[in-house]
Amino acid sequence: MASVAGDSPPVKARGLVKRYKDLLAVDHIDLNVNAGEVYGFLGPNGAGKTTTLRMLLGLIMPTAGHIELFGRDPIREGARALDGVAGFVEAPRFYPYLSGRKNLRMMAALDGLGARARVDEVLDTVDLTDAADKRAGAYSHGMGQRLGIAGALLRRPELLVLDEPATGLDPAGIRDMRVLIGRLASEGITVLLSSHQLAEVQEICDRVAIVRSGKVAYEGPLADLRGAAGNGYRLHTSDDRRAAELARTTPGIHALSVGEAELRFDASERDAGALSLALGAAGVAIYRMAPTLASLEDLFFELTEGGGAAAHGMATPDGTAPAGAASGGTAETTERAAGTV
Amino acid sequence: MSVATATAELPPRRMLSGRPSTLTIVSWELRKLMAQRRTYLGLALGAIPPLIFVVFWNFHQGPDRHGGIFATEITQSGLATPVLMLLFESAFLLPLIAALVSGDIVANEDSNGTLKTILTRSVDRGQVFAAKTLAAMAYAAAAVFGAAAIATIAGVASWGFHHVITLSDTVVSAPEALLLIVAANAAVLIPLLTVVSIGVLLSTVTRNSAAAVVGTIGVVIVLYIVTAIPGLEAIHPYLLTGQLQAWQGLLRTPTDWGPIAHSAWVCALYALPSLFAAYLVFLRRDVAGG
Ligand SMILES: Nc1ncnc2c1ncn2[C@@H]1O[C@H](COP(=O)(O)OP(=O)(O)O)[C@@H](O)[C@H]1O
Ligand SMILES: [Mg+2]
Repeated sequence: MASVAGDSPPVKARGLVKRYKDLLAVDHIDLNVNAGEVYGFLGPNGAGKTTTLRMLLGLIMPTAGHIELFGRDPIREGARALDGVAGFVEAPRFYPYLSGRKNLRMMAALDGLGARARVDEVLDTVDLTDAADKRAGAYSHGMGQRLGIAGALLRRPELLVLDEPATGLDPAGIRDMRVLIGRLASEGITVLLSSHQLAEVQEICDRVAIVRSGKVAYEGPLADLRGAAGNGYRLHTSDDRRAAELARTTPGIHALSVGEAELRFDASERDAGALSLALGAAGVAIYRMAPTLASLEDLFFELTEGGGAAAHGMATPDGTAPAGAASGGTAETTERAAGTV
Repeated sequence: MSVATATAELPPRRMLSGRPSTLTIVSWELRKLMAQRRTYLGLALGAIPPLIFVVFWNFHQGPDRHGGIFATEITQSGLATPVLMLLFESAFLLPLIAALVSGDIVANEDSNGTLKTILTRSVDRGQVFAAKTLAAMAYAAAAVFGAAAIATIAGVASWGFHHVITLSDTVVSAPEALLLIVAANAAVLIPLLTVVSIGVLLSTVTRNSAAAVVGTIGVVIVLYIVTAIPGLEAIHPYLLTGQLQAWQGLLRTPTDWGPIAHSAWVCALYALPSLFAAYLVFLRRDVAGG
């Protein structure tokens, strides 16, 4: 497949497993990150995000599974597989007794030709020029996080791996981080970004994987997830009792509940529209009909906490294609997941 | 399609060209050493005894105060000082200095959480391991030759650059003696680099500086204890500690190469398996901390 090797995706992981003694930290995870996208790797604390990213970067050995970064296996090919790849897991770490600038020079030396000339430039990018000559040990958490990004940018990455980069930052820091990531993405850098907070990433991610207990509960575009959530409506009319009767007889109106001052139901936009016409025809005035967009947050919660996978027919080890034959498994998983929420 | 072909045909990406050499990593390992206090503590441990010795002797002059051969020798030529100091430091102080840095060289990265920082650049783990080992060895060499240089300078400044009497009671000229001093210090490096290898192994395996430093010194102490146990004389020639005195063969006439050749292969039996085991562990270990 040499002819298509150049089109190898930034990340292709199949059946990744990492076992720590009795604990399955990562349990058959498949990931597909496409060139140019910002990919959110979401899940609650302890879901296995960092462990997965460590395997991608060749820091820990998978118990099972296969990884390709731009077609290269970090386990077998070592540093060579990290060409064009940069990033860090958990908080970036530096030599506390060296200045920020010295730390970057050290990293640049280990990156090879050309990186050294970019030290000042990346310091400027992350706004650390003034603090560059302070000992890294004296940096605040936010400064350390920025120095980590600077270190990654030294490599002129095509794939940037960031593990919860907003953790521990103040609101301004989080905003700056988001702006920076957005800017890097607009320059064509593929970003793989983990987070345990959906709100933090939902605006910048093109696609996401949601992990829970070491398994992928959903992989696909956020928009699909949003669509799959279905729309709920709240309805308040001049005659709610009559409206409820009409709603019961209108096709496509589900989960109707009659409250004190309003009705609630689930429906597609078209069916909700049909109901509004029926109400008008019956002389019932609509005071208010508002979609209660099932918040992504709720959905995220459902996927990551509650009975998620099993209860909703999500991808489970037996529902997914077996690790060995998993090439097509993920797309399938996505459909199943999206279709059955 | 073989992987090799597939990867060879990857188009060049917007990446860095030219891979860093292991020597580049060594130079940064040395720079990191030089930025840490522990480094100077070790160097000072080696350099202070000769200074104290020379100062003390100058203030308490008096012919044959301690009697013995060394007392006369010391004041006859400044070149006797580095020999006496090597005799004193080689038994324990130099191994201690070697352990101090080698036991820390990998474990330090664990405690700082910085292994992930250097292992996600464009260098292979094997290169990083080799660089760390070489840096620790270079440090041991610097400590040994630094201490010898200070002993020589202090000795010569006090008692002049004269001929010395060898351990075989023959006389060697001053320049020849200087050469022998350099050679003796090079010879003592053989067992010391072995101590470094053990330190690197323990540093890699324990991931804890204190444990590795103490463990390395512990190995030396245990071997000395074994030396003192009666009935075990048969294994003495194969103990690392005995090799720490092999350099004395150089100060005999004719030069006794036997102990040095012996120490070279005995030390290799300790050092090579240690380094190989450490290398394998470093290559495969999970970098899960930090
Ligand atoms: N080195 C390790 N040894 C043992 N268990 C670990 C180790 N690293 C992570 N784990 C466990 O694996 C699970 C996943 O952890 P992690 O990947 O850090 O989750 P996340 O980054 O999603 O918060 C957790 O239960 C964690 O306790
Ligand atoms: Mg994590």
